[in-house]
Amino acid sequence: MAVNANPHEEEEHNDSAIERSEEEQAAYDKAKNGEYVIHHTKDSHDFGFVTNESENKHYGFSLPVILYDEGFHFFSSSSFDHGHKVAKSDGKYFKLNSHDAKIYRCDEYGEIYESLKPWDFSITKNVIVTFLMCLLMFLLFRGIAKSYRTGLAPTGAAKFFEPIVVFIRDEIAVPNIGEKQSKKYMAYLLTVFFFIWFLNLAGMTPLGINVTGNLALTAALALITFIITTFTGNKNYWMHIFWMPGVPVPMKIILIPIELIGMVVKPFALMIRLYANMLAGHVVLGMLIVAVYSFENYFASGAFLGLTFFMNIIELLVALLQAYIFTMLTALYFGAASATAEHH
Amino acid sequence: MMDVSMIGAGLIVIGVGIGIGRIGGSAMDAIARQPEATNKIQTAMLIAAALIEGIGFAALFAA
Repeated sequence: MAVNANPHEEEEHNDSAIERSEEEQAAYDKAKNGEYVIHHTKDSHDFGFVTNESENKHYGFSLPVILYDEGFHFFSSSSFDHGHKVAKSDGKYFKLNSHDAKIYRCDEYGEIYESLKPWDFSITKNVIVTFLMCLLMFLLFRGIAKSYRTGLAPTGAAKFFEPIVVFIRDEIAVPNIGEKQSKKYMAYLLTVFFFIWFLNLAGMTPLGINVTGNLALTAALALITFIITTFTGNKNYWMHIFWMPGVPVPMKIILIPIELIGMVVKPFALMIRLYANMLAGHVVLGMLIVAVYSFENYFASGAFLGLTFFMNIIELLVALLQAYIFTMLTALYFGAASATAEHH
Repeated sequence: MMDVSMIGAGLIVIGVGIGIGRIGGSAMDAIARQPEATNKIQTAMLIAAALIEGIGFAALFAA
């Protein structure tokens, strides 16, 4: 009897304990899921495919770490062991902070010095994906260019890419920039279109790549657009900024600062648009995928599975649309920079 | 948890939604009137939507 009573009592006790922690558990799960989704949209120092968190096993590649802290330090990110170990290099200790995924100086026992952050030039996941994409694009488009040596009819991959290239020339570059001037901008427009499109598509694979949803990359692309616009601007472009034709003189003076701000705001908007769209797309998809397996109900999970599939198709469209819009607006800015008097 | 900036973010999304919705609706009307000009209308629609979206995102970041 005593033996029977005890487990019963314990069971009751356990039940109440579970009931009390259920709300906490829900809140904990919610925070954990949010953290999980955000983590997957971020850059990291290793290329992970599968993580088994309960056993702390990670499957993937380690990537090289390059730090500058009074001299360069090179080592593999495997020496961090995902933030569990302290890496030693040239008498200095470094630790990967698991909260913000950044590298800090620390002492022998892993105590982080908040103020001492080394310069981080590491080949991170985003960097390696960008390099691979550059290589892929180089090989692909070189192959396509070579295929035209044998004849003007497209063969192989060129059959697929020729209409897209022609579309960018005839629908984006020529109407916005003009027949003659558009030629010198075509190389950049094509590069930026395919680069963004391919990286967006790479983000749709289950490898956890989110390069175009990274502010640094979109900032670099927008900066190149800004530099090309500024340095190829002809005298009409500068006249529209500093001495707007066709308006009274006081208005001309008021318009100078506005136009100067506009010069910076345009590429800034390009940068934010691509970054926010891709990041938001990844977060929404991540949240839907989390929702699929956080329900203990086949109908709810199935419904979210369908919704996830639908969102994936929408995101495939968005991947193309964002590349198109970036190229389109870049062409518009180039057109403004190189417009000649007869266009007005 | 309740934060005033969240209200601001909500207002931004409402504003951007109205703006892009109007562009989309007007583009639909225009395409229905002149189906042969579909390509031009779509391009102009996308540019206008992208510009509104850009301002919306900039405001969301500020919020």
